[in-house]
Formats: sequence, structure tokens, C-alpha cells
Amino acid sequence: MESRIRLLFLIVPALALGLSGCAATKNLLGMGDESAPPPTAEEPGQVIEPEVERREVREADIDTENFEVGAFAGIMSIEDFESDLVYGIRLAYHVTEGFFVEGTVGQSEAGLTSFERLSGGAPILSDDDRTFTYYNLNLGYNILPGEVFFGENRAYNSTLYLIAGLGSTRFAGDDRFTVNFGAGYRFLLTDAVALHIDFRDHLFDIDILGEDKTTHNLEAHLGVTVFF
Amino acid sequence: MSERSITTILSTLRSISIGRIGVLLLIASQALFADPAGAADEPATVIVADPYLEMRTGPGVGYPKFHVVDRGEAVAILKRRTDWFLVRSTEGREGWVDRAQLQLTLQPSGEPVEFTAPGLADFTNSRWEAGVLAGDFGGANILSVYGAYSLNPHVGIEVWGSQILGNFSNGWMASLNVIHETWPDWRISPFFTLGTGVIHTEPKSTIVQGEDRTDQVAHVGAGVRMYATQRFLLRAEYKSYVVFTSRDDNEEVEEWKVGFAFFF
Repeated sequence: MESRIRLLFLIVPALALGLSGCAATKNLLGMGDESAPPPTAEEPGQVIEPEVERREVREADIDTENFEVGAFAGIMSIEDFESDLVYGIRLAYHVTEGFFVEGTVGQSEAGLTSFERLSGGAPILSDDDRTFTYYNLNLGYNILPGEVFFGENRAYNSTLYLIAGLGSTRFAGDDRFTVNFGAGYRFLLTDAVALHIDFRDHLFDIDILGEDKTTHNLEAHLGVTVFF
Repeated sequence: MSERSITTILSTLRSISIGRIGVLLLIASQALFADPAGAADEPATVIVADPYLEMRTGPGVGYPKFHVVDRGEAVAILKRRTDWFLVRSTEGREGWVDRAQLQLTLQPSGEPVEFTAPGLADFTNSRWEAGVLAGDFGGANILSVYGAYSLNPHVGIEVWGSQILGNFSNGWMASLNVIHETWPDWRISPFFTLGTGVIHTEPKSTIVQGEDRTDQVAHVGAGVRMYATQRFLLRAEYKSYVVFTSRDDNEEVEEWKVGFAFFF
């Protein structure tokens, strides 16, 4: 009798365990009736999800156009050495809507001093030393932005800007520490192409004409740049 | 043949050739810039959630507002200049919108758009930095540009190029250094630096004696980076250089510089 009861006690839990075990296995394998939603409800969910993902707006994916590159040509007046053609290239990075940093490289050719012309004697500088090459790194600030109008139907963006910076000028056989400042006008033909008019003064010390003095070398140029 | 018919033929020929060139360019550009995903080429679209979105003619507060997009309408974001975005409305108008306004739009999924304004956190965490400094290098003028890459907020690597313009000699210097910021999250953040490089000096043409030479240098220094505004920072530093000359004694040079930089 006692052994029969014991057997009963063993069989009942064993059956219960066995059944629940089977149910758990079914659930694990995804075979359980409750865990599987009807297939018709599942499909629309899968269709919608990728569409949302693809349209997500990410800041990094937007094309930025903060760089401006271009070329310029104009006239440079080299103090004591006449005026001549100047040409060069410019690269700018627009940091904010107001400020930009700019690097320019330019070249011109110095003419004769009035002394050389009047005396007719030996030239003060060799031809190589007459080449005037400069670079400078500037900080610029856009002022007076606005629109200009051509006739009734055309409007263009434009802005004036001020620049100031430091650089070096190779002239008369030496590199000379140069301070330059100036102003310019940027005329945007499109959002990405601009025309420039620039006026700049390059100041450096020179002593080749007998005294140590600071010279002003004025430059006016026209340029074209492209934003990228 | 009349003059008129000749011009007609010429213009037809021209339009044919232009059309053909156009088609060729189109094919070439598609071949070059073909994107297997395809969908990535479409500009990102956002929905106006504020009462309206103002479009300006140019990327700046000085340019006039010329159009308003109403709430609920979609705009496509075409490109960006500094903190301004060129957007196109569904009716095809294009104008510039500033970040603050675009921040208030929604993605098609209904989530807000996240365009973060550069701030003090970026000053600490941004990876790249570039700047210009000028100052005094042992009595001569020095003009330097540098680019920096941060390995983490505390440690970065910098590459420098400098031109030295003195009364008696000119030259250039290129150097590489490690920078360590102890408190990078401070608005005025002190740093220490250690590096090496090469210096090239050439005596001025008016000085007869002396010849060009290139020597190795090593330096230690300290300074501060100060967050100014938006992406700008100011920087001031002192460096002490040892120039390993080929003569009996090494040369020591002190350098002071100030300048500005920006992070991106």
C-alpha cells in the first residue's frame, strides 16, 4: 500500500514535468501556438520598417560647402618699383556665416626705381630678385550682406568683407615678414560661384634703398572662386 | 540658300551636338557616380513642425527672407554652408534656413531632427583642429600653421609648419608633437606639449658670412586653449627649443606665440 502511494507521488510530478518540458521545448523552437502571431499581421510590419530607416535625416550625410577656391589677377604697386600685373590663387574656409580663414599666394614683377631710370647706371636688383612672391594667412569677416539687382527679374547675393593677416613676401633676395589688410566684395553668380574685387595693402620692412623703412604695397585684383 | 535657312541648319546642328554631348556626359556621370543603393542620392526630407519655416536668399542673417513654408509641408535639404542649410520646398523654391529653425522640423518618422550647434562640448571632444599662430622665436618673427588630431579628449598629435623671419636670418621649421590637456573640459584649458622636428636657417642676403643649415630640434612647452565662440578658440603658448647644431654647443631658443584656431 505504502509503495503504491509512493509510486503515485512519483508518477504525477513526473508526468507534470514531462508535459511542461514539452511545452517549454515547443516554445524554444518557436512551435508554440501562442508565440506565433498570425502571418497576416506580421507582413505589413516588415514592409514599413525599412522605409522609415532609409529616410532618416543624418547631419553627416548632408553635403557641406564650406571651402572656397579660386584664382585672381590684378595690379600691384610695389613701393619704389612701379606697378605691374599680379596673379595668384586663393583658398578659404568658412567657419561661421561671418568669419572665414583664407590663404592666398600671389606673384608680381617689380619694375625700375626712378633712380635706376634717371641715372641709367647699374640696376639695383637682378631679374630674379625683382620677382615679388607673397603668401598670407588671413582672418576675414563678412559685413553688409545683401542682394543686388539687375533689372526687374534678377537678384544676386553679395557681401563686403574685411580681411587682415600675416605672411611672408620674397622680394629683393629675402623673405620679409608681411602684414596685410584690406577689403573685398564677393558677388555670387550662383550659390556656388562667386566673383571678387579685392583691395589690399601689404606692409613689410626693406632696407635696399639705403634706409630701413616700412613699405606699402597696394594691390587691386579681380577673382573668381568656387565653393565646394 | 537663304541666310535664314543656313542659320536654322547651324542652330539645329548645334542643338544636336549639344544634346549628344549632354547625353554622353549624363552616361559618363552615371557610370562614374553610380550608387548601388540609389536611394542615398535623394536629398533628406524633413517636415515643418513649427508654424512656419523662413527661407532666406543667402546663408546669413543679413540676407532677406523671401518665402515661408507652412507647417506640415516637406522640404528637402540640399546642402549646407557653415550653419545654414539650402532647402527646396515641394513647389520647387530654394532658400537658406538656419540651424535653429531646421532643428524644429520633424523627420518623416515623426522624430525631431538632431542638428547640434557647435559648443563647449565639441571644443573638448572634436577630433580635428587647425589654426594659425604668430609670435616671437628668439627675437625673430614666427608665423605658424598647425593641424591637430585628438586621440582622446586628453591626448592629441599635432603637425606644425612655421616660417621664421628675422633681422639676420630667415628659415622654416617643421615639427611633430604630442599635446596633453589635463582638464580638457575647462573653458580655458591648459596643456603641455613635447615634440621634435627640423629647422632650416639661411642668413639674410645682406649679411655676408654664414651658410644655410638644417638641424634637428626638440622642444617642450606649455600653453592654454581658450574656447571663444562657435567653432573658434584662442591659443597661446610657450615653447623652449633645443637646436642640435653641428657645432660644439647646442642652441637654445625660446618661443612665444598667440593665435586662433577652429575645430571641426
